[in-house]
Amino acid sequence: METVLDGGLKESAVSPISVSTQRSRPDRLFRGVSRTAGLTTLVILFLIGLFLALQSRLAFQTMGWAFFTNTGWVTTGAHPKFGVLSALLGTIIIAAIAMLVAVPVAIASALFINEFAPRKLFGFFPLKNFLVASVDLMAAVPSIIFGMWGFFVLQPAMKGLARWLSDYLGFIPIFKTGETPVFTSSFLIAGTLVGIMVMPIVTSLSREVFSLTPIAEREGAMSLGASRARVIRDVVFPFSKGGMLGAIMLGLGRALGEAIAVTIIISLVFQPTVQLTQAGGNSIAALIAYRFGSGGPLGLSGLLAAGLVLFALTLVINLVAARIVNRARMAG
Amino acid sequence: MEPIKIKPLRPREFKPSDVVVLALTALSTYSITWIVFHQLTLFSGALGFVVIWTLLFLGLYWLVNRQLFTRQVAIDRFVAALMTLGALLMFLPLVMVTSFVLIRGWNLLSAHVFVATQKGVSSLSDPGQAGVAHAIVGTLEQVGLAALIGVPAAVLTAIFINEIGGPFTKTVRVVVTAMSGTPAIVAGIFIYAVWIQAFHQGYSGFAGALALAVLLLPTVTRGTEEVLKIVHQDLREASIALAAPEWRTVWSVVLPTARSGLVTSILLGIAVSIGETAPLLMTVFGNKLMNSNPFSGPQAALPLLAYQQIKLPLQSEIDLGYTAALVLFLLVFTLFVLARIFAGGRLKGPSFARMRSRIVAAGLGATAMPDDLEANGDGTDFQNQQRPTGQEGELGRS
Repeated sequence: METVLDGGLKESAVSPISVSTQRSRPDRLFRGVSRTAGLTTLVILFLIGLFLALQSRLAFQTMGWAFFTNTGWVTTGAHPKFGVLSALLGTIIIAAIAMLVAVPVAIASALFINEFAPRKLFGFFPLKNFLVASVDLMAAVPSIIFGMWGFFVLQPAMKGLARWLSDYLGFIPIFKTGETPVFTSSFLIAGTLVGIMVMPIVTSLSREVFSLTPIAEREGAMSLGASRARVIRDVVFPFSKGGMLGAIMLGLGRALGEAIAVTIIISLVFQPTVQLTQAGGNSIAALIAYRFGSGGPLGLSGLLAAGLVLFALTLVINLVAARIVNRARMAG
Repeated sequence: MEPIKIKPLRPREFKPSDVVVLALTALSTYSITWIVFHQLTLFSGALGFVVIWTLLFLGLYWLVNRQLFTRQVAIDRFVAALMTLGALLMFLPLVMVTSFVLIRGWNLLSAHVFVATQKGVSSLSDPGQAGVAHAIVGTLEQVGLAALIGVPAAVLTAIFINEIGGPFTKTVRVVVTAMSGTPAIVAGIFIYAVWIQAFHQGYSGFAGALALAVLLLPTVTRGTEEVLKIVHQDLREASIALAAPEWRTVWSVVLPTARSGLVTSILLGIAVSIGETAPLLMTVFGNKLMNSNPFSGPQAALPLLAYQQIKLPLQSEIDLGYTAALVLFLLVFTLFVLARIFAGGRLKGPSFARMRSRIVAAGLGATAMPDDLEANGDGTDFQNQQRPTGQEGELGRS
């Protein structure tokens, strides 16, 4: 090829192609469109935060800092008095129960899928792929379906456990019940349900993190005689600490923001309560779902303020999770 | 010299005799639990029984293996049993939820429910009179509109982040990452306050679509970005070397290469957003009648209909909720299966097999997935090889 070029062609036959750093018009258009889309996304998402902040100003002006300490939710009339305290407390309690339920089970099943499940069960059934796919599918199942199941199946099934807890562990304040104990519509049931809902998400993400453990280190440990339990403890866990924490925090973000399942289970009570087995509770998401249409402009502003608190909470958790993962990555 | 005889310990080797040990342990602990429960004490309740049985089983299983083999084997078997129990505990509710919606809804399905609405249905009318056609139309229109708004914006944003870049790239990525965890209810109340309260637009399918688009945008952007990342740099360079303009490179090289992954991430984003109930509650409001115009008046939607029906007193009303839930589940399932089929499409090989779960993770809202956690050096990870690996020396791997 090159010899032909060398010998056969006269210099004048090869006209130099023009080279410029100026982009062509279609390219500039393409860049413009794509950049606009990117910036629009940025602006829209930024506007949400800004709008929530602006609209909730009315609520903050009316209540001041008391918005974070008040317990009732009266937004109409001459003396409005409302606050996010009981809802925030409830949100945190539900998320805490959910994480207690979800994390051990999710980590265990992620390890089972990754380390113990045979690739082929009885030589033909692709167990591992099947489990991975069904976990992913369950993570996509709508929360309304989980909510219905929780309401019709889980709640009746958990009444006995709630009664047992309050009978035998009633001396602990969180398991105490009032004069007339009602064991449905409680934090315990709502938290367990939300926990079951975030389980597949945490499983899916932590399984993926576990599967990224370098194969060389794994094989090295095995060749030194480590059993699977030792491999998990000394190779898989150290490598996936950060990613695991990220997966858990992501699940936590989901648990904090879950609205529908909580709304179906819990009955709204504005007294701040830490009694887990007794009926009645609160959560920011459920509060918004219950009250969005009532309470006048001040009520809407109050709900937007509550929404802003929830929004800020999940935002911080997401960013911190990203941070932790990054640091874990740097540290190896 | 006499060679030292070592009997290898292989806890992973699960021989028939080990199966017998496992079965006998389970059986004997079951018997003990039964005696304790029904003869010695007057405990009751299936939950307590299972908990005590499990604890006894784990303890005895460890002890038996400790006696028969060594400590290492016992620990390994114990951990294996524990993990298996964890997986059972995980899949039990999942199987229960799936079978719950399938069993309760299946008998209620008929051709009638797909054509009828709740028109003229009252508590006095026949149980089988109502249908979910209005909700199906509503859901399809809302999700379709949301995809129409959200997907192009998401893909272009991902192209901006990954292909073009600029001073704002990092900001856009951070904001998108942070926003993909936005609670659905917050997106709902945002659209409610802007569109319905501030702009006085009234409830409509379009308002719901806007809320869903706000939720769809970050997840699909993240998924698409993950897909674009795995398109080999060589392909882009080859295209540029052929003097293709930038848009041509993206349109004819990058996007077709990433097609299957792109479709997967879009379908997953839609599958997740189709089941959102909370934002619809305050934007489309629900309607008993057919309203096929998404731009005016309240509409019905499948998740919303299910939510509104299950708290009603009559069994026939609750049954309609089950029907809506089943149709919704089938829709999500179809989308999910389609997404997985597409994920197995053109891009094959180890690098894509890994990416597939990455895309799924991003589609589920994985904001915090590590970018560079992958093991380097298996020759499949082209992206990582081109990145500066300055921190390599700091990797203190113990």
